[in-house]
Amino acid sequence: MVEWFRRSTDKIKTISKKDTAEGIWVKCPRCTQVIYSEELKKNQYVCSGCSHHFRITSQQYFNMLLDDPKNILEIGKNIESVDPLKFNAVSKYSDQLKAAKEKTGYNDAIRTVVGEIGGYKTAIGIMDFSFIGGSMGSVVGEKISRLVSYAISNKTPLIIVSASGGARMQEGSYSLMQMAKTSAMVAKFSKEKGLFISILTDPTTGGTTASFAMLGDIILAEPNALIGFAGARVIKQTIGQDLPEGFQRAEFLLDKGFVDSIVHRSDLKNTLIKIFKFFKYHPDHLVT
Amino acid sequence: MSNYILDFEAPLKVIDEKIDMLRLTGTKTGENVSSNIKKLEAKLEQKKADIYSKLSRWDRVQLARHPNRPHSLDYIRMISEDFFELHGDRYFAEDPSVVCGLMTMEDKPYMVIAQQKGRTTKENLYRNFGMSRPEGYRKALRIMKLAEKFNVPILTLIDTMGAYPGLGAEERGQAEAIARNLFEMPLLEVPIINLVIGEGASGGALGIGVGDRLFCQENTWFSVISPEGCASILYRDSSRAFEAADAMKVTAADLMEMGIADKIIPEPNYGAHYDSDGAAKVVKETLIKEFQYLLNMDKEELLRQRFVKYERIGSWKE
Repeated sequence: MVEWFRRSTDKIKTISKKDTAEGIWVKCPRCTQVIYSEELKKNQYVCSGCSHHFRITSQQYFNMLLDDPKNILEIGKNIESVDPLKFNAVSKYSDQLKAAKEKTGYNDAIRTVVGEIGGYKTAIGIMDFSFIGGSMGSVVGEKISRLVSYAISNKTPLIIVSASGGARMQEGSYSLMQMAKTSAMVAKFSKEKGLFISILTDPTTGGTTASFAMLGDIILAEPNALIGFAGARVIKQTIGQDLPEGFQRAEFLLDKGFVDSIVHRSDLKNTLIKIFKFFKYHPDHLVT
Repeated sequence: MSNYILDFEAPLKVIDEKIDMLRLTGTKTGENVSSNIKKLEAKLEQKKADIYSKLSRWDRVQLARHPNRPHSLDYIRMISEDFFELHGDRYFAEDPSVVCGLMTMEDKPYMVIAQQKGRTTKENLYRNFGMSRPEGYRKALRIMKLAEKFNVPILTLIDTMGAYPGLGAEERGQAEAIARNLFEMPLLEVPIINLVIGEGASGGALGIGVGDRLFCQENTWFSVISPEGCASILYRDSSRAFEAADAMKVTAADLMEMGIADKIIPEPNYGAHYDSDGAAKVVKETLIKEFQYLLNMDKEELLRQRFVKYERIGSWKE
């Protein structure tokens, strides 16, 4: 009897959950409203029903902020991880890297470019949470370091859009030291009177928050983004009680005084331009 | 021998007990046992040398946490002539997990920023097990700025499992407090030596761990997360920490190989848990020598080299 239910042909394919987002209809994870994917794209991947900001790729974010996403100078495009510890626990880090590269089409968890925002030449790095949880290892650290160096030499403003679970465990203390490396670069940039706008998106936690992400001259956050240092599970275990509603969300951080403003995606580009203008940056067209 | 026996020291305990028994028999019967005791003592010494010559990474992690190992205040007492503690972050509270103050060593002034663990339960509760809250990092920064103002070199002693993961710590900006120190420490215009005296995990350790030199004592570890934390994420089982210690390569020797640590400070006579005075003596000699070198450097050159040190850390291909 049971045999009836067994699938004897492989013509029927099971669509895995993560693939459905690529389909025509997308379900909002927050309010469960079903949205037409073209509509979602037009709405900058924000749910029209509840304003939930979907997690998006660096490319989608570049498309949203840059005047011409094709007119860019990509910095450190070919930097790749070498698995320095030959890390092998449960799965090999080298396999994880390979899978992440295939899945995302990127080399690591950040893309760093120089592009134009409202005509202002800007050094901008955007993280990809889909690449091993947006974790920061040697490659992310080096790319940020070079991006900041560019901003120093060319006197452009600096923007980093974070989406990261923190430091990349698979690179051990190399990853830890990227916190010091990126922060030192931001310090150097600040000393040269450069403007750094840090944009925190869902999620920004751990070593990323405890380094460059919290060091913006101006810190903006997307609505309801998870932002914090320690993971909620760890905190719950430590204190042995439930965490308050909205804990570690962007609104919570605003309330506690750790972000300057929560900005809806539809207002983000204009907000950045307004800030550049206020600090008297000059539109400086990129020649590539 | 100490009454705290680690797994890998079990064979030593066996020989040690034999020696005790033999002594007892000697006293009871009046028999001459001295030659036998001598033999056993030689055997004990040899076994000890044997065990300590091939410590695993996990053995080192356990040694780093050994209860007989000196903590920050012990080292401060052993290496200085005078110490005056300064308290409070001036914003919110005093955090006793970080000890800061004015230290005189061989008649010269140093500012000390040190993570402090307790020994008894009461002490540990007071010190919060060496896990700092944002106030600890903010106090550290305040005192480091004071050092810079008066051109006093800074010594930081690292010994923490990580920053405290509590509700209040998050509310008061744990991440911001650590990030702020990572931003300010590269700019401080005085020499800074960071010394790992026990364990050092995550941003919690790094929050007072940026400087011109990173020294590690022989039996210490330093990494992005504790082996237990790593194991509980990877295997969902923190008891597999010994595997995580190997995977992450957490020991002082590993850090040297990665080009992250600048020097391993040896611990004479099988480690600081056996010979704390010996360990402190080597620490003191090393620090005095290195501070002297750094103090002779031109300020601009000091800062330039510090930036270069951090800029080149990492491993990638292009």
